[in-house]
Amino acid sequence: MNKTLRIVGWGAVALLGAIAVATIAVRRGEPINALWLVAAAACCYALGYRFYSKFIAVKILALDGLRATPAERLENGRDFLVTNKWVVFGHHFAAIAGPGPLVGPVLAAQFGYLPGMMWILAGAVFAGCVQDFVILVFSVRRDGKSLTEMAKTEIGRVGGFVAYVAVIAILIILLGVAALIVVNALKASPWGTFTIAMTMPIALLMGLYLRRIRPGKVLEVSALGFVLVLAAIWGGQYVSQNPALARLFTFSAPTLAILIMVYGFAASALPVWLLLAPRDYLSTFVKLGTIALLAVGIVALHPTLHMPALTRFVDGTGPVFAGKIFPFAFITIACGAISGFHSLISSGTTPKLIARETETRMVGYGAMMAESAVAVMAIIAACVVQPGVYFAINSPAGIVGQAPAAAAATISSWGFPITAAEMQSMAHAVGEQTLFNRTGGAPAFAVGMAHIFSHSLGGEKLMALWYHFAIMFEALFILTILDAGTRVARFMLQDALGHVYKPLGRTSWYPSILATSALIVAAWGYFLWQGVKDPLGGINSLWPLFGISNQLLATVALCVATTIIIKMHRAKYAAVTLVPLAWLVAVTFTASWHKLFDANPRVGFLAQAQALAAASATNETSRLIFNNRLDAAVTGVLVIMVTLILVESLRQWWGILSGATEARIKESPFVRTRLAEERG
Amino acid sequence: MKRIVSIWRIFLAALREIFDEAAYARFLGRSGMASSSQAYAAFRREFEEAKVRRPKCC
Repeated sequence: MNKTLRIVGWGAVALLGAIAVATIAVRRGEPINALWLVAAAACCYALGYRFYSKFIAVKILALDGLRATPAERLENGRDFLVTNKWVVFGHHFAAIAGPGPLVGPVLAAQFGYLPGMMWILAGAVFAGCVQDFVILVFSVRRDGKSLTEMAKTEIGRVGGFVAYVAVIAILIILLGVAALIVVNALKASPWGTFTIAMTMPIALLMGLYLRRIRPGKVLEVSALGFVLVLAAIWGGQYVSQNPALARLFTFSAPTLAILIMVYGFAASALPVWLLLAPRDYLSTFVKLGTIALLAVGIVALHPTLHMPALTRFVDGTGPVFAGKIFPFAFITIACGAISGFHSLISSGTTPKLIARETETRMVGYGAMMAESAVAVMAIIAACVVQPGVYFAINSPAGIVGQAPAAAAATISSWGFPITAAEMQSMAHAVGEQTLFNRTGGAPAFAVGMAHIFSHSLGGEKLMALWYHFAIMFEALFILTILDAGTRVARFMLQDALGHVYKPLGRTSWYPSILATSALIVAAWGYFLWQGVKDPLGGINSLWPLFGISNQLLATVALCVATTIIIKMHRAKYAAVTLVPLAWLVAVTFTASWHKLFDANPRVGFLAQAQALAAASATNETSRLIFNNRLDAAVTGVLVIMVTLILVESLRQWWGILSGATEARIKESPFVRTRLAEERG
Repeated sequence: MKRIVSIWRIFLAALREIFDEAAYARFLGRSGMASSSQAYAAFRREFEEAKVRRPKCC
């Protein structure tokens, strides 16, 4: 009876999922309700988790609940600690959920909601969740070793080197792009800038509270900080309405870029935990709360999507970024479908907390599904606004023109009617001077989120507050990534330089701290500056670079996973990681080829450099030419890295499968868990 | 009711882990110190050493 019920239940889920996916895929010409996207996602995740992840757990990984994990064997009360699976799930989700799943889908919405939605569902179930899950299991079986260490021991020194370079590359490009998103969201926005500026004294206050008044009561002080941030958002409207105060908090994009670079350097080089740690807590608090609130808002309001399923820009002429659906939709949406960066978390803190091997399925596969759901919410937020509004916000001045009337006319000529007056009224409703040319994804997401929230809670009057809440949420989020990321990259650089000259590796030696912090900030600051000065808005060049570097890291992770699966004598199931790997290689190589050699100057870096060279020579164009050539060189290096890791992996696989190399896996020896007996 | 209490407890435990309250409690247990301004400063010093190396995702 139970079995019959289960079959009927899962059959119903499959049927509902099929209907929802078909509705999304087939319906044309009339708007659809966002609940179809929610239903499709929920059913695909449920089926993927119940059947596909179980298949991987049983047939390939043979998860063993009796095998002691490093959390048990090496428990030290610090890094290694037996932890409840739900607690590890929350911890893991909080670490993997960043701005990527919010921004990527918003940018990819220029193709319509269909390509992004399908990639998010298929990518998460068959690639992203699988990557996070298997890397977590393999790290657990190797005493919590990092991806770089596993690449070195399982594939070889080349694998380790490529993984190291990929991590540094992705960090630098990510930080540059993330900073650009903040700059584009806060430029000429006294309200937004004031709110973010206020998070500094609020964080200092929180730090003092934590240190002096109630040591260690982080949740309590984060809630208090959140109330103060809400007060700052409320106060921001009066700042923007007062001409003297508004002038004080109105910055141009270059000024904001310099301020952010100074902030990144200070955060990396100075012992400022009193400011940074509370901001980090505040950011996490706001992040988790907002994601939950957005989910509730979408279900409660179940808005209609105004963006068509497919737009005319599938042909590669899109204003947000140039390039066709394949490969550009698949590198634009990384987090939410598959993100190489997650493999660092799956082989970082999380494997040291897992109590039983069988729990890796829920944590690794399950948390990535939750992240993917956040990406679905981002698509919904981007597509609930009128397409004309979406394109007006996300199109750079270099494409649609600087003047509002000209920009509105260009966008209307694409078949997405919008007037300058409508945009002015929208800007007024959200408390901004203008919403034109606010590239980067964050303002468009904020408008969508404000739309959903204001229709669920508080009505149109609160639209401006919700908009600035969303901007604050994203900027705070990104700034904490900037400071943490700069520090992580600085430590990695110090580790490497320590091999050249020992004192440079000492994390307490100030000349080394200052020099390496300056190097890292200069590296991502260069990309940021380039983005700020780019007439095409920066995102057009930098986001694909970020996507390519992120997918390169995923390629490394899937190469490591496939190598281990083959060494485990499970080669007949290697397609589970091999198919996503092949897909990522196809995507990364094709995207890199286009970015390097496409004849369209909006797509190819070299073509753009050539077009600029043919125009009149000024200092500005010389710099743009250099930037394009530098981007081309970075893309070329990333492609060489992918090739190196692939060749090295293929050599390994061939050796093992042909019997020329012994298949020796480097797992920790089996130790029987004591927890099973303790739990009965 | 028992189940709701249990879910609430796990939810709180997850929040305490995410926000490092649990790590501080373990630090106090390990070092045998009582919660104080000095103990929290010592915890932060130890914790920062490890935390700055943790990657944070995009």
